[in-house]
Amino acid sequence: MSIRSTEEIGYSIIGREVKRVDAVQKVTGQAKFVADFDMKGMLYGALVLSRHARARVKHIDTSYARSLKGVRAILTHKDIPGENQLGEVINDMPCLVPEGDEVRYYGDVVALVAADTLKIANEAADMVKVEYEELEPVLTIEEALEGKIRVHPSGNIVTSKKIRKGNVELGFLRSDVIIEDDFYAHYQEHTYLETQGILAIFDSDYGLTIYGSMQCPYYVQDAVPRVLGLPLNRVRVIQAETGGAFGGKEEIPSHVAAQCALLAYHTRRPVLLVYPREVDIQTTSKRHPIKSHYKIGLSKNGKINAIEVVAHMDVGAYATLSPIVMYRSLIHAAGAYDVPNVKIDIDGVYTNKVPCGAFRGFGTPQVFFAIESMIDEAAERLKMDPIELRLKNALRVGSRTATAHLLKESVGAVQTIEHAVKISNYEALKRHVAEFNVKNRFKKRGIGVSHIIYGVSLGAAGQHLDAASALVQVHKDGSVSLHIGNTEMGQGAKTVMTMIASEVLGQSMDRIYMANPDTSYVQDSGPTVASRTTVFSGNALKEACEKIKRRMTEYFAKTREVSTDDVIFEGGTVRTLDGAKKTSFDALARECDAANVKLIETGWFRTPKLHWDPKTGLGEAYVTYAYATQIVVVEVDLLTGRTNVTEGYTSHDVGKKLNPVGLIGQVQGGFVQGMGYAISEELKTENGKILTDNFNTYIIPTVMDIPKKLKIDFVEDEFKTGPFGAKGIGEPSLMPTPAAIANAISNAIGKRVRRIPATPEYVMSLLE
Amino acid sequence: MQVRFKLNDEVVEVEVADDERALDLLRRLGMKGVKEGCGEGECGACTIIVNGKNVASCLMLAPELDGTEVWTIEGLSKNGQLDPVQKAFVEAGAIQCGFCTPGMVMSAKALLMKNPRPTEEEIKKGMEGNLCRCTGYFKIIEAVKKAAGER
Ligand code: FES
Ligand code: FES
Repeated sequence: MSIRSTEEIGYSIIGREVKRVDAVQKVTGQAKFVADFDMKGMLYGALVLSRHARARVKHIDTSYARSLKGVRAILTHKDIPGENQLGEVINDMPCLVPEGDEVRYYGDVVALVAADTLKIANEAADMVKVEYEELEPVLTIEEALEGKIRVHPSGNIVTSKKIRKGNVELGFLRSDVIIEDDFYAHYQEHTYLETQGILAIFDSDYGLTIYGSMQCPYYVQDAVPRVLGLPLNRVRVIQAETGGAFGGKEEIPSHVAAQCALLAYHTRRPVLLVYPREVDIQTTSKRHPIKSHYKIGLSKNGKINAIEVVAHMDVGAYATLSPIVMYRSLIHAAGAYDVPNVKIDIDGVYTNKVPCGAFRGFGTPQVFFAIESMIDEAAERLKMDPIELRLKNALRVGSRTATAHLLKESVGAVQTIEHAVKISNYEALKRHVAEFNVKNRFKKRGIGVSHIIYGVSLGAAGQHLDAASALVQVHKDGSVSLHIGNTEMGQGAKTVMTMIASEVLGQSMDRIYMANPDTSYVQDSGPTVASRTTVFSGNALKEACEKIKRRMTEYFAKTREVSTDDVIFEGGTVRTLDGAKKTSFDALARECDAANVKLIETGWFRTPKLHWDPKTGLGEAYVTYAYATQIVVVEVDLLTGRTNVTEGYTSHDVGKKLNPVGLIGQVQGGFVQGMGYAISEELKTENGKILTDNFNTYIIPTVMDIPKKLKIDFVEDEFKTGPFGAKGIGEPSLMPTPAAIANAISNAIGKRVRRIPATPEYVMSLLE
Repeated sequence: MQVRFKLNDEVVEVEVADDERALDLLRRLGMKGVKEGCGEGECGACTIIVNGKNVASCLMLAPELDGTEVWTIEGLSKNGQLDPVQKAFVEAGAIQCGFCTPGMVMSAKALLMKNPRPTEEEIKKGMEGNLCRCTGYFKIIEAVKKAAGER
């Protein structure tokens, strides 16, 4: 018996403009973020933080703080029932720094407080006396490499990664033009609008329940039982509405949850721990600063023969997700081009500063800024248009990536370049900019181009995490419940998943409800990162829906005496092709339920094993890649060094547009976040302490700063394995922007930007 | 001390501490749509309307609310019907994570109460104090324009 697939019939929901499924909840203020939970007897948590970049903790005295009325618990390392150990990838981070050990950055946590009110908790935290022996900290990459002081006993190198493709020496020998340069990309802070927060409820019968703002409930479900010494089945993690994440809520919520859970465990009361903005910025992970040295060799005709990169990442005091971030930096460091000879070395080093970790783009915006600057520099030397040079070296079906991965399908790279040229009216744009510059002495405009590749999902280095599950239930009234293991954090996962279910089941979207992830329903589905949710959870969900649909189809066919391939599910009804037999989805669900048809199903998705060799860095780095090309115009004030981004044009290869409204929203948001990184978001530190710890000093773009025009275009070069052909968009939306803006500034002022953010001070220093 | 003010069209009388922030009082009264993003008057997540003006409730003390007329996001759709501004936000796709949304909507509302037909520049000026890290603001501007057009 054959059944018609959704692809065969054509789409009725996919690709259509729909409203976000969670919009009304959010616009009325009803959406429940973790700080909005009110529980009877709830206590408030606070942290006692290190006051030094590096120091030995000699003694912690909690007695004075304990005497404060309303204090319910003050915990130190001695109160940890399980392991005093955090760290998703490397076990290098304590939950609470023990006496005798070192604090390794300003944000290390020494003690925890729970009290009846937040005010009392904060007061008590201030009253905890910690005696330190101050030690000299490691504050720069250079100091770390010198190795005189060790941040950890194991040394200062977290890990090193490399690619060896072809023979770069030969490549340079064959080149007519060889360029070398140094680049530096600084920190970026996520500044999700909602700070980190967890609510932990402990009950000796039911175990521990954790609600929180998070990207990765399964990381939390790993970390907390370990610290508390509980089995995983006693810890249930439920994601609360999450007010933005951008990578910043990938690993960090595991730390916050461990802290909060300890307080709940000892007090037997619900505890809410919400970080104030200053604590959030001081303690939580950032985008890695990367210093890099690039060398590129090209033939006169513009073909790139070789790229050589040596880069160092400032990991900070603890590794968090750095090894996987470094993997991504490594794979993307040579850019989006077909280059026969590639040699890349990346080291991650510990310093006594804030740990760095996941941030939208995951170690790539920094290296794209460098490689794309090099490409522009090369274009200038060769007197070639930057677009032409990129087109000449772009990846196509049949090309091999920097890791020698042969591309067989869904390579929309060239199309994104062509589309960006078209939507920007590139030739006219160049003329307008030139005209403006002739007329203006103190304001100069510039055009910048960038072209990127993005490995979708976790790739070879993270394959053990790269699977996803889904649970779907059609209830007897026809309403549908969806459970997946990936989270909604603003990016629109709930809407896309509801669309996929609606497309397969033909049930209308408002009859489908996607619950927030709950680790007790769905098997570990990996992290909600790497633009993987659409592909992984989407496919798992699609599979579960298809299983149920198959049974409903068979039931319909049998009872109506028609053939299964004559049955269509659409717009809330189930009918034969000619419409002669027809019933509502709801009525059919009731019939099926009464006939004991199974209407609950799980789906499971994983990708075929990738073959990648860490010794050479060669092989299949990711399941597939997304591509993008961006062209921006900036205006630089030569008297102040201030840059305004005035126009942006961006084309993204997304495989297939599932939710066009959501896609545009992602690209707009990613663009502006990338713009902040490129020009204004300067994180300042002094002796390892972050000085810019709130919005008055850490300057993110406001509505006044956005370009007048941002034109967005999508290329649909379908990816066979994606649900309905889709790839992800979450991160590629940001990744090209810093590079394009840096190139545009260089173009405007005639000096190469070698550092981002290119703040007014930095631009002035170039002009002097 | 005791304060008395009108909250979403209902009179409330409540005991407050001298140093309690308006933000905390309102949240204590169940108005959880009033969000805290920075506590420093920089992000706008805690925006409410006091006597027709949008203000950051994290910078205001609870005693200052005495005798005022206060609107929070909860008051806009009291009867289950979305306010035109809220409707426009939903329709324009101006919402992502939603954490900035209540504050954004309140600033937009205050702006449109004063100036029913704002230009794009006036919209930007009116919303300047509200940060959004998700949307890049484009659709938020679109939403305010939409709301202005539909009154
Ligand atoms: S919380 Fe009031 S302005 Fe940010
Ligand atoms: S929608 Fe997330 S901060 Fe605005």
